[in-house]
Amino acid sequence: MIKAILIFNNHGKPRLIRFYQYFAEDMQQQIIRETFHLVSKRDDNVCNFLEGGSLIGGSDYKLIYRHYATLYFVFCVDSSESELGILDLIQVFVETLDKCFENVCELDLIFHMDKVHYILQEVVMGGMVLETNMNEIVAQVEMQNRMEKSEGGLSAAPARAVSAVKNMNLPEIPRNINIGDINIKVPSLSPF
Amino acid sequence: MRLPLRVLQQDCVFYVRRKFNVTSSLTATSRSAEARRAAILNVWSVPPSDAYRKDSSHYLVSLRLRMPAPIRLRELIRTIRTARTQAEEREMIQKECAAIRSSFREEDNTYRCRNVAKLLYMHMLGYPAHFGQLECLKLIASQKFTDKRIGYLGAMLLLDERQDVHLLMTNCIKNDLNHSTQYVQGLALCTLGCMGSSEMCRDLAGEVEKLLKTSNSYLRKKAALCAVHVIRKVPELMEMFLPATKNLLSEKNHGVLHTSVVLLTEMCERSPDMLSHFRKLVPQLVRILKNLIMSGYSPEHDVSGISDPFLQVRILRLLRILGKGDDDSSEAMNDILAQVATNTETSKNVGNAILYETVLTIMDIKSESGLRVLAINILGRFLLNNDKNIRYVALTSLLKTVQTDHNAVQRHRSTIVDCLKDLDVSIKRRAMELSFALVNGNNIRGMMKELLYFLDSCDPEFKADCASGVFLAAEKYAPSKRWHIDTIMRVLTTAGSYVRDDSVPNLIQLITNSVEMHAYTVQRLYKALLDDISQQPLVQVASWCIGEYGDLLVSGQCEEEEPIQVTEDEVLDVLEGLLVSNLSTPVTRGYSLTAIMKLSTRFSSVNRIKKVVSIYGSSIDVELQQRAVEYNALFKKYDHMRPALLERMPIMEKTSTNGPTEIVQTNGETESAVLDTKLTPAVPQPASQANDLLDLLGGNDVVPVIQTSVPTKPASAGGELLDLLGDLSLTGGPTPAPAPSAPISQPPFLLDGLSSQPLFNDTAAGIPPMTAYNKNGLKIDFTFERSNQNPNISVITIHATNSTEAEMTEFVFQAAVPKTFQLQLLSPSSNIVPALNQGNVTQVIRVLNPQKQQLRMRVKLTYTHKGTPVQDLAEVNNFPPQSWQ
Repeated sequence: MIKAILIFNNHGKPRLIRFYQYFAEDMQQQIIRETFHLVSKRDDNVCNFLEGGSLIGGSDYKLIYRHYATLYFVFCVDSSESELGILDLIQVFVETLDKCFENVCELDLIFHMDKVHYILQEVVMGGMVLETNMNEIVAQVEMQNRMEKSEGGLSAAPARAVSAVKNMNLPEIPRNINIGDINIKVPSLSPF
Repeated sequence: MRLPLRVLQQDCVFYVRRKFNVTSSLTATSRSAEARRAAILNVWSVPPSDAYRKDSSHYLVSLRLRMPAPIRLRELIRTIRTARTQAEEREMIQKECAAIRSSFREEDNTYRCRNVAKLLYMHMLGYPAHFGQLECLKLIASQKFTDKRIGYLGAMLLLDERQDVHLLMTNCIKNDLNHSTQYVQGLALCTLGCMGSSEMCRDLAGEVEKLLKTSNSYLRKKAALCAVHVIRKVPELMEMFLPATKNLLSEKNHGVLHTSVVLLTEMCERSPDMLSHFRKLVPQLVRILKNLIMSGYSPEHDVSGISDPFLQVRILRLLRILGKGDDDSSEAMNDILAQVATNTETSKNVGNAILYETVLTIMDIKSESGLRVLAINILGRFLLNNDKNIRYVALTSLLKTVQTDHNAVQRHRSTIVDCLKDLDVSIKRRAMELSFALVNGNNIRGMMKELLYFLDSCDPEFKADCASGVFLAAEKYAPSKRWHIDTIMRVLTTAGSYVRDDSVPNLIQLITNSVEMHAYTVQRLYKALLDDISQQPLVQVASWCIGEYGDLLVSGQCEEEEPIQVTEDEVLDVLEGLLVSNLSTPVTRGYSLTAIMKLSTRFSSVNRIKKVVSIYGSSIDVELQQRAVEYNALFKKYDHMRPALLERMPIMEKTSTNGPTEIVQTNGETESAVLDTKLTPAVPQPASQANDLLDLLGGNDVVPVIQTSVPTKPASAGGELLDLLGDLSLTGGPTPAPAPSAPISQPPFLLDGLSSQPLFNDTAAGIPPMTAYNKNGLKIDFTFERSNQNPNISVITIHATNSTEAEMTEFVFQAAVPKTFQLQLLSPSSNIVPALNQGNVTQVIRVLNPQKQQLRMRVKLTYTHKGTPVQDLAEVNNFPPQSWQ
């Protein structure tokens, strides 16, 4: 079983954390810090397995990671997972991200944390591998994104907000701006 | 309101930066796209972070305007990224959290999803977000997919089954599992499969089972994993999913197949019934595997030229479980395993992953011997692979198989030993473990040489493990005592500071027990001490040995090696050097002071030793001071006992069941522990004396006698001491002495006697006195008292008189009783029995006799009469009935 999936950058800033086993919040942060510490001091030409992250539970657990440019993808797994298989899974996950974001980079992950979670949800579920076929994953994620968009997504909110702004009692600075005249077009860009 | 739009446009441009090194084959178009982006990047010379910062200033303005609409997630992230310090970031987050809270309070439905999304981001950064839990539930209950999506995500990240809040979701999940949209159903399944508690699983298992039978593969695969989760939480629900598993393997969709195999694996692992039930699926699994290998290229499932390696790996795992210990199943899969092992292309990681799994399966099931050889050879090939990952898994799996196929693995020994020199710590660690597993009586010398080289050069993190590995292997396979001692000393000199604490007592025990090596060992250790006093364990062992065998060192009789010439003063110089050295730890100093003390009976320079000991009587280190004070007392008050007390330690028996902690007590710590308990004279000796007594009493049913001389002894001391004695093989057996533990459970007994001496005034009159011993002019009478408060306690006072014309000195009276009794000896009034009945020595014995059995006692007497030591034993059986009934 996969116990946790962590993505952080070369400076240890978390970009995605997903635990499939309960840990208190401060513990989670501690695990990230420790994992970063362990992983970051390793050369790129050594193997991708690490044992003995003390926090995440004993010798049965392994850290399996891959390092891509500025990001570390770390999977913490127990002995029921194949080490080499998980390495391939990380590759699949990253390639899927690459397809979904079209040349993914760290900033995509930062600004679309929710989307990364949604993609991951289609790959791993409850600590178990759900799907490894990239096309399938991308198709399902996109279908769901389309559903969201059809509802107006999160970006529909500003449209409703406009009316709120109009009726607002503004403080002094923009007093002489006639808000009513502004014709705001709600961009139909991606949500958030 | 235009600002965000502008920001968005900028974002679009900034999304074009350094790319991941996704090693997948980039198509030609994507490559040109990359080039185009690189060009854009050049135009924008401003580093992105600065631009983001600029934008954030606008955001701050907008905040000041107190816009009611909460800022977007993207703006929040941008703002947070401008923070230059942790404090700044915290401040921003707190401000935003306050805004989110107030928005939550206002029950704002419009922006709830946005706020929760922001909370999730903060949660990732490690800020508390629990106040969003209920909002997640509200979102889940919403009709909109957008809301549900973020709500379920939030629930999975923020909630856990420890909080009762999660139960509120049960109904929503139930509704959503029956929703008309597959994605809503998918979300519900995913959430249930991630964080469903046992209550929830019980409630919803029916829905999951229904979905497991749908034809919709998207839902079916999720339902299968959800079922795994349900089974993990509530194993008794397993039966429920059994009918649904029937058709799972005939599914075409690989996602469903994959998750079904996971489900079957889980069921087989959980229940032996299921395991035998599913054995009949082996042919079907074999067929699927065969199709995967034989089928040509299918773009859908291809990963680096291999068809769905993930599924193959899963099936191989399941086969391993099904074939384990079952001849028929193993037989059925032999062929396909051989096929996979020979046909899989190994130039890529995926191929090796399959091969690795195949090897593990071959080793686990009852496979043909030819297949096993093939498997080990594949691992051998792995060991030579350039890819470190492959080398690592090879070592891991060899470690797994070393127990079953020891000889096959031995063949790869040299390759494995070479891996010790690898630069990668993970590989090194595996290689080290495997090397230790390969050590046996035949190769111990060679292997140990390699491992000791490794110990010299390896990183500090390995030294502790490696050192204890060497110790263990040496203990098991040492070809000779001398080699054993040499090896351990080599470890101590090279990695001394890293060895575990228990290695010192272990080594001391080893040295004590190899009597013929004493002179050699002490000489080697003395030399090592001259070279280096920084390795504390080495120094401790050396101090101990010099203390014990200092006379052998000075006499220079060593058969094994060229004897060295040292004088007593030189030895004392070294030990005193340890006492003052900054490198010495307090424990080391203790060892060294004790060693000096011990030498007082082995060396002639007693005055010098006295001086050293008295100096440390005022040491600021309490431990050391206590030792010194006690030793001083030994010089002054109890000088006559000193030679006996400082005798050589007897050979220590290591009981097989004793763990390392007990070993610590049985040897190395003995002295210090005894001293810790503030017991003077007779105590350090009981090891030997009690053993004698034990011998004479001839059995395990004897409670040891302890002579306590200092009435101010702390209550706990007795317990500790008893403990200690218990481990010192008083009872000899593998269960260390129930008897010694008994007094501990009777603390009042010990305490009474210590706190109030005249406790036994309430004499039960009428118990006649008796004469217990009368021989060679020494007469010992017993008088009895019974305590009214506790009639189980008999208080016996001994009166020793001497009718000869010479006094008896160094008089020691000891007694032992059968196990059903407990006995406490208080301190004697004197150790000299005056001549011609001119006085007597009295001593109080307290006997606890809870079962009111007939009292029996064996006594041991030692004294010096007219210059000759006398020792005598006697049995006392004729106790008056009043004294025990």
